[in-house]
Amino acid sequence: MVNALKLAFAIAGKDIRVELRTRTSLLSAAVFAVLVLLVFNFGRDPTAVATIDLAPTILWVTVSFASVVAMNRAFTVERENAAFDGLLLAPVPRESIYLGKYLANLAFVLVVEAIALPLFILFFNLDIVQALPGIILTLLLATAGFVAAGTVFSAMVVKTRFAELMLPLLLLPFMVPPLIFAVKTTAPLFAGRPLSSVVDGLRFLLVFDICIITVSVLLFTAVVDE
Amino acid sequence: MTADTDAARGIITRGVVLTLLGLLGIAVEMVLAIKFTPVEALQGPAQKIFYVHVPAAVMVLWVAVPLAAIAGLLYLWLHDPRLDRFAAASAEVGTMFCLVVIITGPIWARPIWGAWWTWDGRLTLTLFLFFLLLGYHTLRSAIRDPNERARFSAVLGGMGLVLVPFIHLSVYLWRGLHPKPIVLKPSAPSLPPEMLRTLLIGFAVTFIFYLGLVTLRYGIQLRDDLKEAADAA
Repeated sequence: MVNALKLAFAIAGKDIRVELRTRTSLLSAAVFAVLVLLVFNFGRDPTAVATIDLAPTILWVTVSFASVVAMNRAFTVERENAAFDGLLLAPVPRESIYLGKYLANLAFVLVVEAIALPLFILFFNLDIVQALPGIILTLLLATAGFVAAGTVFSAMVVKTRFAELMLPLLLLPFMVPPLIFAVKTTAPLFAGRPLSSVVDGLRFLLVFDICIITVSVLLFTAVVDE
Repeated sequence: MTADTDAARGIITRGVVLTLLGLLGIAVEMVLAIKFTPVEALQGPAQKIFYVHVPAAVMVLWVAVPLAAIAGLLYLWLHDPRLDRFAAASAEVGTMFCLVVIITGPIWARPIWGAWWTWDGRLTLTLFLFFLLLGYHTLRSAIRDPNERARFSAVLGGMGLVLVPFIHLSVYLWRGLHPKPIVLKPSAPSLPPEMLRTLLIGFAVTFIFYLGLVTLRYGIQLRDDLKEAADAA
């Protein structure tokens, strides 16, 4: 168990190192997130709809689109020079490969979110400092769930034609439950309610995370084993 | 080889017969629903669509999709290509029933609710199930290797099996407008006997129709697989 986790961290570390050397996908995903925020800024009428009403939607649409872009990366880098075959040949349990990929993906998406969140607050002039811990917790819980499904799907879609288009097609339905509850949780927080008023939403996100991570770990073996 | 081809042809014939039987049954059910079942007091003739909508919905949510997902998971365990063929056929027929549900629902909702669409729990669930099924077929069509195709679609089916209860739960807690179940509920069905009779006949004939289409689809896939194997050899 400890060994499997150590291997998972090693694989995640490798992915993060590879990414930090080029920074291409991380940068492009971050820039993409900022562009989505900008598009939203021009796609609304601030005199008709108060920013605070629209804010949860803007945040979560940006996060979900940017995550898909960020997750496409995980297995496309492995395709070059048949690197993934090397990983599969290594004496590493499949579960560790999955967890490693999952942790690396989670790190990428969270970095993109960490770039997008301050800009989101800045662009839309939100006064939500007191709600920030709750929002960060919601972001963490919601992201942990759909990244788990996204990691399995990105391992599948690299083997198909139109991989970049296929991932959002498969993944977006899996983003619906976390998004519904993330929006339900962030909206009261933006309105200044205390964290204790959204505990049910957070609990739902946690249950979703546990279920989807478990089933992903179990099914990932079937994706990579021929 | 020819024995296999004959078997495939036999399955296709059986499928055609069952499908025609199902269609005939549905026609009889339509006549029964329109002519020999009382008009609902509050909703008027709009309620008649219930006899198409509910059997189709039950077929996709409780038969076609769960069976496809379970067959996929069994495939991951047993690696029997028959299971994959069945899963694909059931998912495809399920997609058709899902489309029937999504089309008939708004036709009923417009006069009764005054809106074609609301983001009610069950509507949202059905819509996302439909997209999930479309994703399933798109994924299948994008993979050439049959083993890989079977494995990947089984994985997607298994993930979907976990997802659907969550969509259901999340939209249920969100808001609800759709009529509650009236037949499959803990107490006795709250439906006049004539309406219940028509509905039960609807379930039966729709199930025969489903069986027919799945058999047909399975047979066609088997024939194509055999042909491909023969061409490759």
